[in-house]
Amino acid sequence: MIALENVTKRYGSQTVVDDVSISLGEEGVTALIGPNGAGKSTLFGLVGRLLKPDGGRVTVDGMDVATTASSTLATTLAVLRQDNHVAARLTVRDLVEFGRFPHSRGRLTVEDRDHIERAISYLDLDAYRGRFLDELSGGQRQRAFIAMVLAQDTKYVLLDEPLNNLDLRHMAEIMRLIRRMADELGKRIVVVLHDINVAARYADRIVAMRDGVVVADAPAREIMRPEVLGAVYDTPVDVREIDGKPVALYYG
Amino acid sequence: MLTDPTATARPAPAPAPAPSRLAAAWAQPWTRLAALGGVVLVLTAVYLFSDVPGSLSFALEIRSRTVLAMLVVSTAVGVSTVVFHTITQNRILTPSIMGFDAFYVLISTVIVFFSGSAAFLAFDELTLWLVQVVVMVAFSVLLFTWLFGGKRRSIHLMLLVGIVLGTFFRSFTEWMQRMLDPLDFQVLSDAMFASLTRPDETLLALSAVLVAGACAAVVPLRRTLDVLALGEPAAVGLGVDHRRVVMVLFVSVSVMIAASTALVGPILFFGLIVANLAYSWAGSFRHVWTLPTAVLLGMVCLLGGQLVLERVFGYGGTLSTVIDFAGGLFFLYLVLRKGAR
Repeated sequence: MIALENVTKRYGSQTVVDDVSISLGEEGVTALIGPNGAGKSTLFGLVGRLLKPDGGRVTVDGMDVATTASSTLATTLAVLRQDNHVAARLTVRDLVEFGRFPHSRGRLTVEDRDHIERAISYLDLDAYRGRFLDELSGGQRQRAFIAMVLAQDTKYVLLDEPLNNLDLRHMAEIMRLIRRMADELGKRIVVVLHDINVAARYADRIVAMRDGVVVADAPAREIMRPEVLGAVYDTPVDVREIDGKPVALYYG
Repeated sequence: MLTDPTATARPAPAPAPAPSRLAAAWAQPWTRLAALGGVVLVLTAVYLFSDVPGSLSFALEIRSRTVLAMLVVSTAVGVSTVVFHTITQNRILTPSIMGFDAFYVLISTVIVFFSGSAAFLAFDELTLWLVQVVVMVAFSVLLFTWLFGGKRRSIHLMLLVGIVLGTFFRSFTEWMQRMLDPLDFQVLSDAMFASLTRPDETLLALSAVLVAGACAAVVPLRRTLDVLALGEPAAVGLGVDHRRVVMVLFVSVSVMIAASTALVGPILFFGLIVANLAYSWAGSFRHVWTLPTAVLLGMVCLLGGQLVLERVFGYGGTLSTVIDFAGGLFFLYLVLRKGAR
Protein backbone atom coordinates (compact mmCIF):
# COMPACT_ATOMS: atom_id res chain seq x y z
CA MET A 1 0.00 0.00 0.00
CA ILE A 2 0.98 3.61 -0.47
CA ALA A 3 0.76 5.13 2.98
CA LEU A 4 0.97 8.82 3.77
CA GLU A 5 1.43 9.70 7.42
CA ASN A 6 0.84 13.30 8.48
CA VAL A 7 2.34 14.58 5.25
CA THR A 8 2.72 18.34 4.93
CA LYS A 9 4.11 20.39 2.05
CA ARG A 10 4.52 24.15 2.00
CA TYR A 11 5.53 26.55 -0.75
CA GLY A 12 6.79 29.56 1.14
CA SER A 13 4.11 30.45 3.65
CA GLN A 14 1.39 28.63 1.75
CA THR A 15 0.52 25.13 2.87
CA VAL A 16 -0.48 23.05 -0.16
CA VAL A 17 -0.75 19.67 1.51
CA ASP A 18 -1.78 19.96 5.11
CA ASP A 19 -1.14 17.05 7.48
CA VAL A 20 -2.61 14.40 5.19
CA SER A 21 -2.77 10.80 6.37
CA ILE A 22 -4.25 8.39 3.89
CA SER A 23 -3.69 4.97 2.47
CA LEU A 24 -3.92 4.53 -1.30
CA GLY A 25 -3.42 1.79 -3.83
CA GLU A 26 -5.79 -1.08 -3.02
CA GLU A 27 -6.91 -3.16 -5.97
CA GLY A 28 -8.86 -1.32 -8.64
CA VAL A 29 -9.03 2.31 -9.61
CA THR A 30 -8.90 5.16 -7.13
CA ALA A 31 -9.76 8.62 -8.40
CA LEU A 32 -8.34 11.72 -6.80
CA ILE A 33 -10.60 14.71 -7.37
CA GLY A 34 -10.86 18.28 -6.20
CA PRO A 35 -10.76 21.85 -7.44
CA ASN A 36 -7.65 23.44 -8.94
CA GLY A 37 -5.06 24.12 -6.28
CA ALA A 38 -6.43 21.49 -3.92
CA GLY A 39 -3.02 19.82 -3.71
CA LYS A 40 -3.66 16.75 -5.88
CA SER A 41 -0.60 17.09 -8.10
CA THR A 42 1.55 18.06 -5.13
CA LEU A 43 0.41 14.89 -3.37
CA PHE A 44 1.48 12.90 -6.44
CA GLY A 45 4.78 14.71 -6.47
CA LEU A 46 5.34 13.72 -2.85
CA VAL A 47 4.53 10.06 -3.47
CA GLY A 48 6.53 10.05 -6.73
CA ARG A 49 9.59 11.54 -4.90
CA LEU A 50 9.67 14.64 -7.06
CA LEU A 51 9.00 16.76 -4.00
CA LYS A 52 10.26 16.41 -0.46
CA PRO A 53 7.62 16.75 2.27
CA ASP A 54 8.15 19.39 4.94
CA GLY A 55 6.70 16.98 7.47
CA GLY A 56 5.45 13.42 7.67
CA ARG A 57 6.39 10.27 5.84
CA VAL A 58 5.42 8.46 2.65
CA THR A 59 5.91 4.71 2.33
CA VAL A 60 5.27 2.36 -0.58
CA ASP A 61 4.86 -1.24 0.54
CA GLY A 62 6.75 -0.29 3.69
CA MET A 63 9.64 1.37 1.83
CA ASP A 64 10.22 4.93 2.93
CA VAL A 65 10.19 7.08 -0.22
CA ALA A 66 12.76 9.47 1.26
CA THR A 67 15.39 6.83 1.95
CA THR A 68 14.76 4.00 -0.53
CA ALA A 69 16.81 4.00 -3.73
CA SER A 70 14.92 5.65 -6.55
CA SER A 71 15.61 2.69 -8.82
CA THR A 72 14.05 0.24 -6.35
CA LEU A 73 10.90 2.33 -6.03
CA ALA A 74 10.66 2.55 -9.81
CA THR A 75 10.06 -1.19 -10.01
CA THR A 76 7.09 -0.94 -7.64
CA LEU A 77 5.58 2.43 -8.47
CA ALA A 78 5.14 4.12 -11.85
CA VAL A 79 4.17 7.76 -12.08
CA LEU A 80 2.95 9.54 -15.18
CA ARG A 81 2.88 13.30 -14.80
CA GLN A 82 0.86 15.69 -16.88
CA ASP A 83 2.51 17.78 -19.61
CA ASN A 84 5.08 15.31 -20.81
CA HIS A 85 7.26 17.40 -23.01
CA VAL A 86 10.09 15.51 -24.68
CA ALA A 87 12.92 17.50 -26.22
CA ALA A 88 14.44 14.56 -28.10
CA ARG A 89 12.82 13.05 -31.15
CA LEU A 90 11.58 9.63 -30.05
CA THR A 91 9.50 6.96 -31.68
CA VAL A 92 6.69 5.22 -29.81
CA ARG A 93 8.86 2.14 -29.49
CA ASP A 94 11.77 4.19 -28.06
CA LEU A 95 9.47 5.69 -25.48
CA VAL A 96 7.99 2.38 -24.40
CA GLU A 97 11.51 0.92 -24.10
CA PHE A 98 12.22 3.52 -21.44
CA GLY A 99 9.63 1.81 -19.28
CA ARG A 100 12.09 -1.05 -18.86
CA PHE A 101 14.87 1.23 -17.61
CA PRO A 102 14.28 0.48 -13.90
CA HIS A 103 14.66 -3.24 -14.63
CA SER A 104 17.50 -3.39 -17.11
CA ARG A 105 19.18 0.04 -16.92
CA GLY A 106 18.86 0.36 -20.68
CA ARG A 107 20.25 -3.03 -21.73
CA LEU A 108 17.19 -4.79 -23.04
CA THR A 109 16.82 -8.49 -22.36
CA VAL A 110 14.46 -10.89 -24.10
CA GLU A 111 12.05 -10.47 -21.22
CA ASP A 112 12.20 -6.69 -21.60
CA ARG A 113 11.38 -6.91 -25.29
CA ASP A 114 8.47 -9.13 -24.43
CA HIS A 115 7.11 -6.57 -21.97
CA ILE A 116 7.57 -3.78 -24.52
CA GLU A 117 5.72 -5.65 -27.27
CA ARG A 118 2.87 -6.56 -24.94
CA ALA A 119 2.52 -2.99 -23.72
CA ILE A 120 2.44 -1.67 -27.30
CA SER A 121 -0.20 -4.20 -28.29
CA TYR A 122 -2.22 -3.63 -25.15
CA LEU A 123 -2.52 0.04 -26.00
CA ASP A 124 -3.28 -0.76 -29.60
CA LEU A 125 -0.22 1.06 -30.89
CA ASP A 126 1.15 -1.70 -33.16
CA ALA A 127 0.69 0.37 -36.30
CA TYR A 128 2.38 3.37 -34.75
CA ARG A 129 5.45 1.86 -33.13
CA GLY A 130 7.85 3.51 -35.60
CA ARG A 131 6.13 6.89 -35.57
CA PHE A 132 7.73 9.87 -33.89
CA LEU A 133 5.88 11.27 -30.89
CA ASP A 134 5.46 14.65 -32.55
CA GLU A 135 3.64 12.96 -35.41
CA LEU A 136 0.92 11.55 -33.16
CA SER A 137 -2.41 12.98 -32.08
CA GLY A 138 -2.91 13.89 -28.43
CA GLY A 139 -4.80 10.69 -27.69
CA GLN A 140 -2.20 8.49 -29.35
CA ARG A 141 0.62 10.25 -27.54
CA GLN A 142 -1.14 9.76 -24.21
CA ARG A 143 -1.54 6.07 -25.03
CA ALA A 144 2.17 5.85 -25.82
CA PHE A 145 3.04 7.31 -22.42
CA ILE A 146 0.65 4.91 -20.71
CA ALA A 147 2.30 2.05 -22.63
CA MET A 148 5.63 3.18 -21.20
CA VAL A 149 4.21 3.09 -17.69
CA LEU A 150 2.69 -0.31 -18.38
CA ALA A 151 6.01 -1.69 -19.62
CA GLN A 152 7.49 -0.55 -16.33
CA ASP A 153 5.52 -3.48 -14.90
CA THR A 154 4.84 -2.01 -11.47
CA LYS A 155 2.26 -2.91 -8.88
CA TYR A 156 1.13 0.71 -8.48
CA VAL A 157 0.42 3.17 -11.28
CA LEU A 158 -0.14 6.86 -10.59
CA LEU A 159 -1.60 8.93 -13.43
CA ASP A 160 -1.80 12.69 -13.09
CA GLU A 161 -4.65 14.03 -15.23
CA PRO A 162 -4.27 11.61 -18.12
CA LEU A 163 -7.37 13.09 -19.77
CA ASN A 164 -5.95 16.58 -20.15
CA ASN A 165 -6.74 18.07 -23.56
CA LEU A 166 -8.41 14.95 -24.88
CA ASP A 167 -11.69 14.93 -26.75
CA LEU A 168 -14.71 12.82 -25.74
CA ARG A 169 -13.77 9.77 -27.69
CA HIS A 170 -10.17 9.63 -26.51
CA MET A 171 -11.19 10.43 -22.98
CA ALA A 172 -13.53 7.44 -22.87
CA GLU A 173 -10.92 5.29 -24.62
CA ILE A 174 -8.22 6.10 -22.04
CA MET A 175 -10.60 5.54 -19.13
CA ARG A 176 -11.68 2.15 -20.49
CA LEU A 177 -8.01 1.27 -20.81
CA ILE A 178 -7.31 2.27 -17.24
CA ARG A 179 -10.25 0.18 -16.10
CA ARG A 180 -9.01 -2.81 -18.11
CA MET A 181 -5.50 -2.45 -16.73
CA ALA A 182 -6.94 -2.65 -13.24
CA ASP A 183 -9.31 -5.55 -13.94
CA GLU A 184 -7.24 -7.71 -16.28
CA LEU A 185 -3.69 -6.96 -15.22
CA GLY A 186 -4.36 -6.35 -11.55
CA LYS A 187 -2.75 -2.90 -11.56
CA ARG A 188 -3.51 -0.71 -8.58
CA ILE A 189 -4.22 2.62 -10.19
CA VAL A 190 -4.53 6.05 -8.65
CA VAL A 191 -5.65 8.69 -11.11
CA VAL A 192 -6.19 12.45 -10.81
CA LEU A 193 -9.38 13.39 -12.65
CA HIS A 194 -11.21 16.62 -13.25
CA ASP A 195 -14.51 15.35 -14.49
CA ILE A 196 -16.48 14.05 -11.54
CA ASN A 197 -18.77 12.04 -13.79
CA VAL A 198 -15.83 10.24 -15.35
CA ALA A 199 -14.54 9.48 -11.86
CA ALA A 200 -17.92 8.13 -10.78
CA ARG A 201 -18.25 5.95 -13.86
CA TYR A 202 -14.79 4.33 -13.84
CA ALA A 203 -13.37 4.52 -10.32
CA ASP A 204 -14.03 2.21 -7.39
CA ARG A 205 -13.04 4.70 -4.76
CA ILE A 206 -13.00 8.48 -4.86
CA VAL A 207 -10.77 10.63 -2.70
CA ALA A 208 -11.70 14.31 -2.70
CA MET A 209 -9.23 17.02 -1.69
CA ARG A 210 -9.74 20.67 -0.98
CA ASP A 211 -7.29 23.24 0.37
CA GLY A 212 -4.63 20.61 0.99
CA VAL A 213 -6.75 18.25 3.06
CA VAL A 214 -8.76 15.15 2.24
CA VAL A 215 -12.41 16.15 2.64
CA ALA A 216 -14.07 12.96 1.46
CA ASP A 217 -12.93 9.39 0.90
CA ALA A 218 -15.51 6.77 0.01
CA PRO A 219 -16.76 4.39 -2.66
CA ALA A 220 -17.63 6.31 -5.81
CA ARG A 221 -21.38 6.00 -5.27
CA GLU A 222 -21.30 7.68 -1.87
CA ILE A 223 -19.32 10.67 -3.10
CA MET A 224 -21.91 11.40 -5.75
CA ARG A 225 -24.20 13.38 -3.49
CA PRO A 226 -25.07 17.06 -3.90
CA GLU A 227 -23.94 18.07 -0.42
CA VAL A 228 -20.56 16.29 -0.71
CA LEU A 229 -19.72 17.58 -4.19
CA GLY A 230 -21.02 21.06 -3.38
CA ALA A 231 -18.67 21.23 -0.41
CA VAL A 232 -15.68 19.90 -2.37
CA TYR A 233 -16.00 22.27 -5.32
CA ASP A 234 -17.66 25.15 -3.47
CA THR A 235 -20.32 25.40 -6.13
CA PRO A 236 -23.86 24.04 -6.32
CA VAL A 237 -23.92 20.56 -7.83
CA ASP A 238 -27.06 18.61 -8.55
CA VAL A 239 -26.95 14.82 -8.84
CA ARG A 240 -29.49 12.89 -10.90
CA GLU A 241 -29.82 9.24 -11.68
CA ILE A 242 -29.71 8.26 -15.33
CA ASP A 243 -30.18 4.55 -16.03
CA GLY A 244 -29.35 3.85 -12.41
CA LYS A 245 -26.06 5.72 -12.55
CA PRO A 246 -25.47 8.99 -10.69
CA VAL A 247 -24.69 11.96 -12.91
CA ALA A 248 -23.57 15.29 -11.52
CA LEU A 249 -24.95 18.45 -13.09
CA TYR A 250 -22.88 21.51 -12.41
CA TYR A 251 -23.47 23.74 -15.39
CA GLY A 252 -25.93 25.94 -13.47
CA MET B 1 -26.37 17.60 -42.44
CA LEU B 2 -24.83 14.74 -40.55
CA THR B 3 -22.36 12.39 -42.11
CA ASP B 4 -21.28 9.08 -40.75
CA PRO B 5 -18.15 9.90 -38.77
CA THR B 6 -16.74 6.40 -39.14
CA ALA B 7 -16.56 6.90 -42.89
CA THR B 8 -13.95 9.59 -42.45
CA ALA B 9 -11.99 7.91 -39.67
CA ARG B 10 -8.33 7.78 -40.50
CA PRO B 11 -7.08 4.34 -41.44
CA ALA B 12 -3.95 3.00 -39.78
CA PRO B 13 -0.83 4.12 -41.65
CA ALA B 14 0.29 1.80 -44.41
CA PRO B 15 3.72 0.26 -43.83
CA ALA B 16 6.46 2.22 -45.59
CA PRO B 17 7.80 0.62 -48.79
CA ALA B 18 10.84 -1.51 -48.07
CA PRO B 19 13.96 0.60 -48.61
CA SER B 20 16.89 -0.69 -50.62
CA ARG B 21 19.64 -2.53 -48.77
CA LEU B 22 22.07 0.31 -49.15
CA ALA B 23 19.60 2.83 -47.76
CA ALA B 24 18.76 0.46 -44.92
CA ALA B 25 22.43 0.11 -44.02
CA TRP B 26 22.85 3.88 -44.22
CA ALA B 27 19.95 4.30 -41.81
CA GLN B 28 21.93 2.42 -39.17
CA PRO B 29 23.71 4.80 -36.78
CA TRP B 30 26.88 2.69 -36.76
CA THR B 31 27.27 2.94 -40.55
CA ARG B 32 27.10 6.69 -40.37
CA LEU B 33 29.48 6.79 -37.43
CA ALA B 34 31.96 4.57 -39.28
CA ALA B 35 31.70 6.76 -42.38
CA LEU B 36 32.44 9.80 -40.28
CA GLY B 37 35.37 8.00 -38.66
CA GLY B 38 36.69 7.27 -42.16
CA VAL B 39 36.48 10.95 -43.09
CA VAL B 40 38.39 11.89 -39.94
CA LEU B 41 41.10 9.33 -40.71
CA VAL B 42 41.50 10.61 -44.26
CA LEU B 43 41.65 14.23 -43.13
CA THR B 44 44.18 13.32 -40.45
CA ALA B 45 46.36 11.53 -42.99
CA VAL B 46 46.13 14.47 -45.42
CA TYR B 47 46.97 16.90 -42.67
CA LEU B 48 49.90 14.87 -41.39
CA PHE B 49 51.53 13.81 -44.65
CA SER B 50 50.75 16.37 -47.32
CA ASP B 51 52.77 19.47 -48.10
CA VAL B 52 55.78 18.64 -45.93
CA PRO B 53 58.33 21.46 -46.32
CA GLY B 54 61.37 19.79 -44.71
CA SER B 55 62.05 16.81 -42.53
CA LEU B 56 59.03 14.49 -42.38
CA SER B 57 59.70 13.34 -38.82
CA PHE B 58 59.86 16.93 -37.58
CA ALA B 59 56.65 17.87 -39.35
CA LEU B 60 54.98 14.74 -38.02
CA GLU B 61 55.98 15.54 -34.47
CA ILE B 62 54.60 19.09 -34.64
CA ARG B 63 51.51 18.12 -36.58
CA SER B 64 50.57 15.10 -34.50
CA ARG B 65 50.63 17.36 -31.46
CA THR B 66 48.15 19.66 -33.20
CA VAL B 67 45.96 16.71 -34.12
CA LEU B 68 46.01 15.51 -30.53
CA ALA B 69 45.07 19.00 -29.35
CA MET B 70 42.18 18.94 -31.81
CA LEU B 71 41.08 15.58 -30.46
CA VAL B 72 41.16 16.88 -26.88
CA VAL B 73 39.23 20.00 -27.83
CA SER B 74 36.62 18.31 -30.00
CA THR B 75 36.06 15.65 -27.33
CA ALA B 76 35.70 18.23 -24.59
CA VAL B 77 33.50 20.56 -26.60
CA GLY B 78 31.42 17.87 -28.31
CA VAL B 79 30.72 15.76 -25.24
CA SER B 80 30.13 18.71 -22.92
CA THR B 81 27.73 20.44 -25.30
CA VAL B 82 25.64 17.33 -25.94
CA VAL B 83 25.50 16.56 -22.21
CA PHE B 84 24.64 20.18 -21.44
CA HIS B 85 21.82 20.07 -24.00
CA THR B 86 20.40 16.95 -22.41
CA ILE B 87 20.59 18.30 -18.87
CA THR B 88 18.95 21.59 -19.80
CA GLN B 89 16.55 20.07 -22.36
CA ASN B 90 17.51 22.83 -24.75
CA ARG B 91 19.45 22.46 -27.96
CA ILE B 92 20.44 26.02 -28.69
CA LEU B 93 22.50 26.54 -25.57
CA THR B 94 26.18 25.94 -25.10
CA PRO B 95 27.95 25.67 -21.77
CA SER B 96 29.43 29.09 -22.57
CA ILE B 97 26.12 30.54 -21.43
CA MET B 98 27.32 29.84 -17.91
CA GLY B 99 30.13 32.34 -18.46
CA PHE B 100 32.93 29.81 -18.83
CA ASP B 101 34.86 31.54 -21.59
CA ALA B 102 34.01 34.98 -20.25
CA PHE B 103 35.61 33.89 -17.01
CA TYR B 104 38.69 32.67 -18.85
CA VAL B 105 39.10 36.02 -20.59
CA LEU B 106 38.57 37.80 -17.30
CA ILE B 107 41.32 35.84 -15.57
CA SER B 108 43.80 36.63 -18.34
CA THR B 109 42.77 40.28 -18.41
CA VAL B 110 43.17 40.62 -14.67
CA ILE B 111 46.69 39.21 -14.92
CA VAL B 112 47.65 41.58 -17.73
CA PHE B 113 45.94 44.48 -16.01
CA PHE B 114 47.79 44.11 -12.76
CA SER B 115 51.14 42.78 -13.89
CA GLY B 116 51.50 43.95 -17.50
CA SER B 117 51.87 42.03 -20.73
CA ALA B 118 55.56 41.32 -20.21
CA ALA B 119 54.78 39.50 -16.98
CA PHE B 120 51.81 37.79 -18.67
CA LEU B 121 54.03 36.46 -21.43
CA ALA B 122 56.71 35.49 -18.92
CA PHE B 123 54.12 33.74 -16.79
CA ASP B 124 54.79 30.04 -16.47
CA GLU B 125 52.30 28.36 -18.85
CA LEU B 126 51.70 25.47 -16.50
CA THR B 127 50.84 27.75 -13.60
CA LEU B 128 48.53 29.81 -15.78
CA TRP B 129 46.81 26.68 -17.03
CA LEU B 130 46.43 25.33 -13.49
CA VAL B 131 45.05 28.60 -12.16
CA GLN B 132 42.55 28.83 -14.97
CA VAL B 133 41.36 25.24 -14.68
CA VAL B 134 41.01 25.37 -10.91
CA VAL B 135 39.25 28.72 -10.89
CA MET B 136 36.85 27.81 -13.69
CA VAL B 137 35.89 24.45 -12.17
CA ALA B 138 35.55 25.97 -8.71
CA PHE B 139 33.33 28.73 -10.09
CA SER B 140 30.96 26.39 -11.87
CA VAL B 141 30.77 23.91 -9.01
CA LEU B 142 30.01 26.72 -6.58
CA LEU B 143 27.31 28.07 -8.86
CA PHE B 144 25.90 24.60 -9.23
CA THR B 145 25.84 23.63 -5.57
CA TRP B 146 24.40 27.00 -4.64
CA LEU B 147 21.54 26.94 -7.13
CA PHE B 148 20.96 23.29 -7.80
CA GLY B 149 22.41 21.25 -4.96
CA GLY B 150 20.54 23.10 -2.24
CA LYS B 151 16.86 23.49 -1.58
CA ARG B 152 16.11 25.41 -4.75
CA ARG B 153 17.07 22.78 -7.31
CA SER B 154 16.34 24.81 -10.38
CA ILE B 155 18.34 24.37 -13.57
CA HIS B 156 16.73 27.45 -15.05
CA LEU B 157 17.66 29.65 -12.13
CA MET B 158 21.21 28.34 -12.41
CA LEU B 159 21.32 29.19 -16.12
CA LEU B 160 19.89 32.62 -15.50
CA VAL B 161 22.44 33.44 -12.82
CA GLY B 162 25.13 32.03 -15.13
CA ILE B 163 24.04 34.40 -17.91
CA VAL B 164 24.01 37.38 -15.57
CA LEU B 165 27.44 36.53 -14.18
CA GLY B 166 28.80 35.93 -17.69
CA THR B 167 27.59 39.37 -18.76
CA PHE B 168 29.11 40.86 -15.65
CA PHE B 169 32.47 39.20 -16.38
CA ARG B 170 32.39 40.45 -19.96
CA SER B 171 31.59 44.04 -18.99
CA PHE B 172 34.18 44.01 -16.25
CA THR B 173 36.75 42.61 -18.70
CA GLU B 174 35.89 45.25 -21.25
CA TRP B 175 36.21 47.98 -18.69
CA MET B 176 39.67 46.77 -17.69
CA GLN B 177 40.73 46.34 -21.30
CA ARG B 178 39.84 49.95 -22.06
CA MET B 179 42.33 51.10 -19.51
CA LEU B 180 45.11 48.89 -20.82
CA ASP B 181 48.21 50.08 -22.57
CA PRO B 182 47.72 49.43 -26.35
CA LEU B 183 50.67 47.07 -26.38
CA ASP B 184 49.30 45.10 -23.43
CA PHE B 185 45.94 45.01 -25.16
CA GLN B 186 47.55 43.64 -28.32
CA VAL B 187 49.20 40.83 -26.40
CA LEU B 188 45.96 40.06 -24.61
CA SER B 189 43.85 39.96 -27.78
CA ASP B 190 46.28 37.53 -29.34
CA ALA B 191 45.89 35.25 -26.37
CA MET B 192 42.11 35.45 -26.60
CA PHE B 193 41.82 33.71 -29.95
CA ALA B 194 41.83 29.98 -29.75
CA SER B 195 45.01 28.58 -31.18
CA LEU B 196 45.36 24.90 -31.85
CA THR B 197 48.80 24.77 -33.37
CA ARG B 198 51.90 23.99 -31.36
CA PRO B 199 50.41 23.47 -27.93
CA ASP B 200 52.76 22.95 -25.03
CA GLU B 201 53.42 19.25 -24.55
CA THR B 202 52.90 19.13 -20.81
CA LEU B 203 49.68 21.13 -20.95
CA LEU B 204 48.43 18.97 -23.78
CA ALA B 205 49.10 15.82 -21.78
CA LEU B 206 47.47 17.23 -18.65
CA SER B 207 44.41 18.44 -20.60
CA ALA B 208 44.12 15.07 -22.31
CA VAL B 209 44.16 13.32 -18.94
CA LEU B 210 41.50 15.62 -17.49
CA VAL B 211 39.23 15.31 -20.52
CA ALA B 212 39.67 11.53 -20.58
CA GLY B 213 38.86 11.38 -16.87
CA ALA B 214 35.70 13.41 -17.35
CA CYS B 215 34.69 11.20 -20.28
CA ALA B 216 35.21 8.15 -18.10
CA ALA B 217 32.58 9.61 -15.77
CA VAL B 218 30.13 10.45 -18.57
CA VAL B 219 30.33 7.28 -20.68
CA PRO B 220 28.90 4.88 -18.07
CA LEU B 221 25.95 7.26 -17.76
CA ARG B 222 25.11 7.18 -21.49
CA ARG B 223 21.90 5.21 -21.04
CA THR B 224 20.84 7.35 -18.10
CA LEU B 225 21.42 10.38 -20.32
CA ASP B 226 18.92 8.93 -22.79
CA VAL B 227 16.34 8.82 -20.00
CA LEU B 228 17.17 12.38 -18.90
CA ALA B 229 16.02 13.51 -22.35
CA LEU B 230 12.48 12.71 -21.16
CA GLY B 231 12.69 15.49 -18.60
CA GLU B 232 13.20 15.44 -14.87
CA PRO B 233 9.76 14.15 -13.73
CA ALA B 234 9.77 11.20 -16.11
CA ALA B 235 13.41 10.40 -15.39
CA VAL B 236 12.76 10.38 -11.64
CA GLY B 237 9.72 8.18 -12.21
CA LEU B 238 11.98 5.72 -14.03
CA GLY B 239 14.30 5.53 -11.07
CA VAL B 240 17.04 7.97 -12.06
CA ASP B 241 18.68 9.65 -9.08
CA HIS B 242 18.34 12.97 -10.89
CA ARG B 243 20.26 15.15 -8.49
CA ARG B 244 23.28 12.89 -8.21
CA VAL B 245 23.43 12.15 -11.93
CA VAL B 246 23.13 15.80 -12.94
CA MET B 247 25.79 16.69 -10.39
CA VAL B 248 28.26 14.15 -11.83
CA LEU B 249 27.50 15.27 -15.37
CA PHE B 250 27.78 18.93 -14.59
CA VAL B 251 31.13 18.59 -12.85
CA SER B 252 32.41 16.52 -15.79
CA VAL B 253 31.23 19.21 -18.20
CA SER B 254 33.03 21.92 -16.23
CA VAL B 255 36.24 19.92 -16.03
CA MET B 256 36.24 19.24 -19.77
CA ILE B 257 35.51 22.81 -20.70
CA ALA B 258 38.00 24.26 -18.27
CA ALA B 259 40.74 21.94 -19.52
CA SER B 260 40.11 22.64 -23.19
CA THR B 261 39.62 26.41 -22.79
CA ALA B 262 42.77 26.72 -20.72
CA LEU B 263 44.62 24.75 -23.40
CA VAL B 264 43.59 26.55 -26.58
CA GLY B 265 41.41 29.50 -25.59
CA PRO B 266 37.68 30.18 -25.90
CA ILE B 267 36.19 27.97 -28.59
CA LEU B 268 32.86 26.92 -27.11
CA PHE B 269 30.63 28.34 -29.77
CA PHE B 270 31.57 25.61 -32.16
CA GLY B 271 30.06 23.06 -29.79
CA LEU B 272 26.67 24.33 -30.87
CA ILE B 273 27.30 23.52 -34.53
CA VAL B 274 28.88 20.20 -33.78
CA ALA B 275 26.17 19.01 -31.39
CA ASN B 276 23.29 19.99 -33.63
CA LEU B 277 24.92 18.47 -36.69
CA ALA B 278 25.52 15.35 -34.63
CA TYR B 279 21.80 15.01 -33.81
CA SER B 280 20.81 14.99 -37.44
CA TRP B 281 23.81 12.96 -38.59
CA ALA B 282 23.39 10.25 -35.95
CA GLY B 283 19.66 9.99 -36.65
CA SER B 284 19.17 8.66 -33.14
CA PHE B 285 18.63 10.37 -29.81
CA ARG B 286 20.76 7.77 -28.05
CA HIS B 287 23.92 9.12 -26.53
CA VAL B 288 25.84 5.99 -27.55
CA TRP B 289 25.63 7.52 -31.03
CA THR B 290 25.30 11.26 -30.53
CA LEU B 291 28.34 11.58 -28.25
CA PRO B 292 30.95 9.96 -30.54
CA THR B 293 29.32 11.57 -33.59
CA ALA B 294 29.71 15.01 -32.02
CA VAL B 295 33.38 14.30 -31.25
CA LEU B 296 34.11 13.10 -34.78
CA LEU B 297 32.25 16.01 -36.36
CA GLY B 298 34.34 18.30 -34.19
CA MET B 299 37.44 16.66 -35.62
CA VAL B 300 36.14 17.13 -39.16
CA CYS B 301 35.47 20.83 -38.50
CA LEU B 302 38.83 21.49 -36.87
CA LEU B 303 40.94 19.41 -39.26
CA GLY B 304 39.08 20.64 -42.31
CA GLY B 305 39.18 24.25 -41.14
CA GLN B 306 42.87 24.05 -40.33
CA LEU B 307 43.65 22.42 -43.67
CA VAL B 308 41.80 25.10 -45.59
CA LEU B 309 43.39 27.82 -43.54
CA GLU B 310 46.95 26.48 -43.72
CA ARG B 311 47.13 24.94 -47.17
CA VAL B 312 44.62 27.01 -49.13
CA PHE B 313 44.89 30.48 -47.64
CA GLY B 314 48.41 30.05 -46.34
CA TYR B 315 47.68 31.00 -42.73
CA GLY B 316 45.38 33.87 -43.58
CA GLY B 317 43.73 34.03 -40.16
CA THR B 318 42.86 32.26 -36.96
CA LEU B 319 40.84 29.10 -37.06
CA SER B 320 38.47 30.26 -34.32
CA THR B 321 37.48 33.32 -36.35
CA VAL B 322 36.44 31.07 -39.22
CA ILE B 323 34.62 28.75 -36.85
CA ASP B 324 32.85 31.58 -35.08
CA PHE B 325 31.73 33.03 -38.40
CA ALA B 326 30.41 29.69 -39.66
CA GLY B 327 28.97 28.98 -36.21
CA GLY B 328 27.15 32.29 -36.16
CA LEU B 329 25.52 31.62 -39.51
CA PHE B 330 24.51 28.14 -38.42
CA PHE B 331 23.09 29.47 -35.17
CA LEU B 332 20.92 31.95 -37.07
CA TYR B 333 19.75 29.13 -39.28
CA LEU B 334 18.80 27.07 -36.20
CA VAL B 335 16.89 29.91 -34.58
CA LEU B 336 15.05 30.83 -37.78
CA ARG B 337 14.15 27.24 -38.50
CA LYS B 338 12.76 26.85 -34.97
CA GLY B 339 10.73 29.99 -35.45
CA ALA B 340 9.34 28.76 -38.75
CA ARG B 341 7.93 25.61 -37.18
